[in-house]
Amino acid sequence: MLLASTILVNNFVLVKFLGLCPFMGVSRKQSAAIGMGLATTFVLTLSSVCSYLANEYLLAPLGLEYLRTITFILVIAVVVQFTEMVVRRSSPLLYNALGIYLPLITTNCAVLGVALLNIQERHGLIDSAVFGLGAALGFSLVLVLFAAMRERIEAGDVPISFRGTPVALMTAGFMSMAFMGFAGLVR
Amino acid sequence: MRRRLWRFPGGLRLPGHKAASLELPLAEAPLPERLTLALRQHIGAAAEPRVRVGQHVRKGEVLARSREYVSAPVHAPTSGRIAAIGERAVPHPSGLHAPCLELEPDGEDRWLDGLEDDQVEQPPSEPAELRARIRNAGIVGLGGAVFPSAVKLTPGPQTAIDTLVINGVECEPYITCDDTLMRTRASDVVAGAALLRGLVGAAHAVLAVEDNKPQAAAALRDALARAGEEQTGTLEVREVPTRFPAGGEKQLIKVLTGREVPRGGLPLHIGVVCLNVGTTAAVYDAVFRRRPLISRIVTVTGPGVHRPRNLLARLGTPVSHLIEQAGGYALERARLTMGGPMMGLTLSDDALPVTKATNCILVEPERAAAPALPCIRCGACAGACPVRLLPQQLYWYAQSGQFDKARTQGVFDCIECGCCSHVCPSNIPLVQYYRHAKSEIAAGERERQRAERSRRRHEMRQERLAREQAARKVRRRAPTREGAGDEGQ
Amino acid sequence: MMAVLALTALAVALGGALGYAAIRFRVETNPVADQVDNILPQTQCGQCGYAGCRPYAEAIAAEEADINRCPPGGEATVIALAELLGREAKPLEAEAPRVPSRALIDEAECIGCTKCIQACPVDAIVGAAKQMHTVLAAECTGCDLCVEPCPVDCIEMVPIALTPENWKWPRPAVQWLEPEAPRCAEVAR
Repeated sequence: MLLASTILVNNFVLVKFLGLCPFMGVSRKQSAAIGMGLATTFVLTLSSVCSYLANEYLLAPLGLEYLRTITFILVIAVVVQFTEMVVRRSSPLLYNALGIYLPLITTNCAVLGVALLNIQERHGLIDSAVFGLGAALGFSLVLVLFAAMRERIEAGDVPISFRGTPVALMTAGFMSMAFMGFAGLVR
Repeated sequence: MRRRLWRFPGGLRLPGHKAASLELPLAEAPLPERLTLALRQHIGAAAEPRVRVGQHVRKGEVLARSREYVSAPVHAPTSGRIAAIGERAVPHPSGLHAPCLELEPDGEDRWLDGLEDDQVEQPPSEPAELRARIRNAGIVGLGGAVFPSAVKLTPGPQTAIDTLVINGVECEPYITCDDTLMRTRASDVVAGAALLRGLVGAAHAVLAVEDNKPQAAAALRDALARAGEEQTGTLEVREVPTRFPAGGEKQLIKVLTGREVPRGGLPLHIGVVCLNVGTTAAVYDAVFRRRPLISRIVTVTGPGVHRPRNLLARLGTPVSHLIEQAGGYALERARLTMGGPMMGLTLSDDALPVTKATNCILVEPERAAAPALPCIRCGACAGACPVRLLPQQLYWYAQSGQFDKARTQGVFDCIECGCCSHVCPSNIPLVQYYRHAKSEIAAGERERQRAERSRRRHEMRQERLAREQAARKVRRRAPTREGAGDEGQ
Repeated sequence: MMAVLALTALAVALGGALGYAAIRFRVETNPVADQVDNILPQTQCGQCGYAGCRPYAEAIAAEEADINRCPPGGEATVIALAELLGREAKPLEAEAPRVPSRALIDEAECIGCTKCIQACPVDAIVGAAKQMHTVLAAECTGCDLCVEPCPVDCIEMVPIALTPENWKWPRPAVQWLEPEAPRCAEVAR
C-alpha cells in the first residue's frame, strides 16, 4: 500500500514536485536516465534507513532533534560520496554521463524530503525503508519515462522557439497532469 | 503437398495495368547499332575485361571474367567488334558513370564455335559442375536483385534446404515479362526448376504464380503434366493471392510455407531457396544448351508508348531502341523508369543500356513530384509495411540523423517496396529516407573499419620504432665491428 | 555541548567509513580513453596538436583537451564525443576540413630518399633507400604528413573519386521548411 501510494499517487517528482533538478538535467538520454534512477534508488533507500537510525539512536536519546536537518544532510552526503565511488569503479561511462548530477543527488530535495517525512509520519525502520524505496522507484519510473519521451520529441519537428527545454517543461507538465489521475487509487 | 496458404502483413492492392503489354506477342528486338555492357550488372565485384579494343568477338564469348566469389562474368550478346572500354553512363540512382564495354555488332550474329546448334543435351550430374556452368554463364537473379545465382545455389554443407521456390509472382503493376516467359517457355521453366530442385537437394519445389495470371499458371501445369511422373511428384504450381509485394522473396516464402526469414537473415537459414522464373529459364539455357546469359525479356509499357509489348532484348541495347520497337513515344515529355512504378529507378535519358536488372521500361507522362507535407503521425505507413517495421519511427530517426536508432529499429530489414510512401497522406518520400539512412550507416561502418586498420598500423609502427630504438641502444652499449646499413628505415 | 560531541562523533564515524571505502573502491585504469579513441578517425595526422589519435584521446579523457580539435573527424566526431562524455558539442576549432584525399607519388620524380616513409604515421608508403616509393592507397589516411618532407615535391593529395560503389543516397530535400532552418536534433544538442 505504502509502496503503491509513494510510487504513483504521491509521486515525488510529478505530484510533490521534489527532485526536479536531476529530473530535467539527466533525462536527455535514456541510458543516463536509467543509470541515474538506479543511483538515486540506492542513495534514497540507504540514506532513508541511515537517517532513521541516526535519528532514532543518536538524536532522539540525546534530545538533539533540532540538529535533524544538518545530521541528515551529513548522512546523505556520505551516502552519495560512497555511491559515487561505486559508480566510478563499476561504470566509468555512466560516471561521465551523469557528470555533475551524481554528487548533486546530495542536494536532491527528494532525498532530504524523504528523510524528514519519515520522521514526520512517524515511520518505523521497515516503513522508512519502504518509503524511501517507493519514492526512489517513483522517481526512477518518471525519469525513465520522461527520458524516453524527450528522445522521441528530439527526433521530431518542434517549432524553433520551443526546442530543447521549453518543450521538455511542457511535457513534464502534461505528465504531471496525467499522474494526478492516480488520485484516489489508494484509499 | 501443402494445401494451405498464409498471409503476410500489410501490403497493398494495386491496379495491375498489365493487359496493355500482353496484347502483342513476344518479339525479338532487332540488333541495335551499339551495345553497352556494364562490367558490373550484378551485386558484388565488377567483372574484369578479357578483351582488347578492336578485338573481334563471337556471340556468347566471355568478355569479362569474374575474379571474386560474389561476382558474375559478362558475355557478348552478339558477334562484333569491341569498340571501346571505358566509363559510360549506366542505370544507377547516382547518375555516375561506370566501367563498360562497347560492342559494335557486325550483323552476322555468329555464335561461338560449338554453340551454334540448338541441341538440348543431358546436364552434368555432378553438382559442382552444374554450379560451375551456371556461374560461367553469368547468371544472376533476373527478378531485379541481380544476385549471382551460383552463389545463391551454394548454401554450404551445414545448411539443409527442403523447399525450392520459383518466383513467377511478378507483383508490381505494369510488368509482364515473367508472365510472358511462363506462357512461352513453360516447359523450359519446369525443366530448369526440376534441375534446380535436385541441385539444392530440396524435397519439394513450388512454382508460384499470382492469381492474376491464369494463362501462365495453366501453361506451367500443362508443361508439368507433360514432364512426367517424377516431376509431378515433387514440383507443384501454386497460385497466390494478388497483393503487392507478394513477389518479394521473404513475403512469398511466408505465403507459401508460413515461415519467416529471421531478421538480418537469409531464406537459406530456414531451409528455403527462392529464384525468379527468368533466372530458372536462364539456368535451363546454360545447363541444357550451354548458352550464357546474353538477353532477357523486357516489358516496354506505359501510356507513353504507342504499342506496349514484351521484347526479347540483348543486354546492352539502348532503351531508346526498345521504345522504338514498341511504336515510339506517344508523349511529348516522358518520364522513363527502369522497373515498375513502386520500386523502379528513374532513368535520366533513353540512351542508357538494358542490363541484367532491366525487367521493364515504363514510359509515363512527366509530372512534378507532389511536395511533401509534415508527418501527421497517422500511422498508415505501419499498417502497409509487409515487413512489420515502424516506418514512422524510421522516418523520424532518419530525418534527424539518429542512424544508430534507425538501425536498431530494423532499417536494414526494409525491402524498399514503397508501400509506406504510397499510402502516406503527406506524400513523404519515406523510402528515400531509409535509403539515405542505410547508405550512411554502411559508409560509417566502412569508415570505422578503415580507422581500426589505421590504428593497428599506427600501433605496429610505434612498436617497430621502439624495437629499433632499443636495438640501437644495445649496439651503442656494446660496440662491436658491425656494419651500418642494417637500420632498414 | 552534547550536540557538538554527538555530531562530531557521527562525522568522524562516517568519515572513517568513507575513507575505508575510498581505498577499497579505488579506480586504477582509464577505460574512457579507449572509448574516445574508438570514435576518433585514426588519421594520426597531429592536427589536434597531439602526437596521434591515442594521446589526444587520453587528453580528452583526462579533461585536458577540448573535443573539437579533430578536423578529419569533422562535426560528426565532435557530436559523438559530446554524446559519449556528456559534454557540450562545440563547432570545430580549425578551419573547414579538407576533402578526403589519398596521397599519390609521382614515380617519375621520386628519388628514393625515404623521407616520406619515415613521416607516414601508418606505414602506408612502401619502399627503401634508392628504391622506388609508392603509396598503398588502401592504407593511406590522407593526413598529408608526407607532402612536406619530400625534397622534390613529388607527392600530391588526390581527392577520392566518387563511384557508384561509394556514392551515398542524399537526404531528401524538405520543401515545406525554409532551406536554412536547422533540424530539431542539431539545435537541441
